[in-house]
Amino acid sequence: MNLVAILIVRRGETGNPSWSRFEVPYEPGQSVLDGLRRIRATEDPTLAIRYSCINANACKECMILLDGKTVYACTARLEPREMGLEPLPNKRLVRDLVTEIAAPDERLKT
Amino acid sequence: MTGKHEPTHLETGVLIVGAGAAGMSAAIAAHDAGVAVALIDRSLIGRGGATVMAQMTVAAAIGDEQPDDWRHHLADTLKAGRGLCDERLAGLLCERGPQAIRQMGEWKVGWAHHSDGRLRQVEAPGHDRPRCVYVDFLNTGPAVSRSLRAQVQRRAGTLRIGDLCVTDLVVADGAVTGVRGFSMSDGRSVSIAAHATIVATGGLTRLYKRNSASANMGGDGYALALRAGADLIDMEFVQFFPIGHLAPRLVGMDPIMWDPFRYKLGGQLLNSEGRAFIDAYDVAEDGRYKATRDVATYAIIKEVEAGRGSPSGGVYLSFRHVPAARLREAFGPVIDRLAANGIDLTRDAVEVAPIAHYHMGGIRVDENFETCVKGLFAAGEAVGGANGANRLSGNAITEALVFGRCAGLSAAARAAKARTYAWRDASEERAASQSSTQNPAALIVALQALMDRSVGPFRNQAGLQNALAEIASLRAALGDAPPEALRGFDMRRLDWFDARNMLLVAECVAQAALARNESRGAHAREDFPVPDPAFSFNQIVRLKENRVVLGR
Ligand SMILES: Cc1cc2nc3c(=O)[nH]c(=O)nc-3n(C[C@H](O)[C@H](O)[C@H](O)COP(=O)(O)OP(=O)(O)OC[C@H]3O[C@@H](n4cnc5c(N)ncnc54)[C@H](O)[C@@H]3O)c2cc1C
Ligand code: FES
Repeated sequence: MNLVAILIVRRGETGNPSWSRFEVPYEPGQSVLDGLRRIRATEDPTLAIRYSCINANACKECMILLDGKTVYACTARLEPREMGLEPLPNKRLVRDLVTEIAAPDERLKT
Repeated sequence: MTGKHEPTHLETGVLIVGAGAAGMSAAIAAHDAGVAVALIDRSLIGRGGATVMAQMTVAAAIGDEQPDDWRHHLADTLKAGRGLCDERLAGLLCERGPQAIRQMGEWKVGWAHHSDGRLRQVEAPGHDRPRCVYVDFLNTGPAVSRSLRAQVQRRAGTLRIGDLCVTDLVVADGAVTGVRGFSMSDGRSVSIAAHATIVATGGLTRLYKRNSASANMGGDGYALALRAGADLIDMEFVQFFPIGHLAPRLVGMDPIMWDPFRYKLGGQLLNSEGRAFIDAYDVAEDGRYKATRDVATYAIIKEVEAGRGSPSGGVYLSFRHVPAARLREAFGPVIDRLAANGIDLTRDAVEVAPIAHYHMGGIRVDENFETCVKGLFAAGEAVGGANGANRLSGNAITEALVFGRCAGLSAAARAAKARTYAWRDASEERAASQSSTQNPAALIVALQALMDRSVGPFRNQAGLQNALAEIASLRAALGDAPPEALRGFDMRRLDWFDARNMLLVAECVAQAALARNESRGAHAREDFPVPDPAFSFNQIVRLKENRVVLGR
């Protein structure tokens, strides 16, 4: 039987939230970030998620909420069930799963 | 809240694109030389590139472990480069390396050391003695990045801007006068006028499906420099690491981590039949492949082609014959990180395959790190030439530190003499393409597969010609206008700009590889398996009327 992970992803900018539901094939060991990158390449290129290093867990840019708990998308594993993904609650929302995490003195002035 | 922001225009003395080890070293040097500095990155400062991901060692002839001299380091570097190193650049790397390492020590990077304060140095392949310093445990890159970022922060007035993606250099009267790009966080167009611009954007290994790259390593800097009129050099020389990690999925680890352990513990490479196969190739090829290319890379690719590969398309690396206690002793805490990934080496073999890891080629500069276009400088992995046809392990971070500093000083000298800015307009709005339905993320995936297949560790004429044709059709599919700018973190738009650069850089690599009818260093041609003295020259790539052309 082909198992799938069902990702329920919070979409949009501040003030107009919506949810998308994606199914990705479940392969043991794959990260949640692997799943999201796959969705971007096969289904929805507009889905926004912040990451750089993918494998090394070095950039620390990919923090999101998974079922309400803070995780790195690149180290959290996909599981063959419904998984709820949201942006970090305590940062300014940019879009979808992306929040403003740059240090205040390391960003462009608005 | 989706209203567009007004474009932003800034001015600075020295503008540095890319905040890895090279960019941050350049920022520190330029600031200390007394000019205004802006350091920008498409990701966060100090997080986006290879520097923060490096886990191994840094080479410099500091002679703490054994007497050493930078000339010995240079001799090893030139040997690895197979006659193609730019000796001025390689000389600078080796001569100034020790000073850069000491400086990092003063900045509290935390090099591993003996109780008497001497730094610990290990021997790495290709070096004639223990020369490579490191930060425990597998923490070299993060420590280097953190220390440099702290130094940049201490230099008041240095403008630091993350989440700002540079899409083009601005050229006026034959000189680079700044950059254009857009802010990731709100989509606004940004232009920055500068007296001198340093490209420190790192390498291109994201061009390949199997890579050790971050998302920001698609070769932006090469494309930026090329379009601004600069020359690239040695673009055919991509370094593939023979036993990169393939499966099971392993996160939190450098995918090239297996190598030292394989040497130390005699890890075995096995095919799907459980047979050690390397020796067969060594003997069968009467030593030829040993002389001209990496046997392991060749043997792995041939086993997979013969249908004896592992499920993920590599081969197995096994330590199962090594007693558990020895494994624990050799791997230390790494054993626990592997366990967290569900890997027990006493029980499981892992799958490995060659992966793209570093780029020897890059932007061509003189000994002041200036390109042939006035006002444009380069530093770090973005620079080509120092390592010739192949790179010694540990030379890349040294190169980033040393070249960054040199480029920072040269750019500061230019900026100190300049008075007025050549331009001040903010934005050049591109025509938006009509509701494009294509998915540039998918296009990038297709390009990466193509590069692995046809422009990878073993190349041949037919494959390279096919790759060039495919690249052309991918370019046609991409079109020449980005999707309409939306708002913050518009990744489809970012993917479009990435794909544009990656296609151009991929073409440069494929063309240079096609023209080099020999095998040398990291460039291996199945149809020309040995080095040819007639090819003892560097190939230059430039744009002429929007076409990639090769020269010398
Ligand atoms: C996993 C891994 C392990 C490694 N291990 C070692 C090792 O042990 N020893 C060693 O010597 N070398 C190692 N290397 C190589 C070495 O890390 C790199 O060559 C070196 O760090 C490059 O430094 P850099 O500053 O030139 O580029 P990077 O550190 O890659 O930084 C480039 C920066 O430019 C930014 N950038 C790119 N394009 C743009 C753009 N268009 N606009 C704005 N910003 C942009 C990126 O976001 C990035 O932050 C390793 C490489 C990898 C990938
Ligand atoms: S992608 Fe870098 S830490 Fe998760």
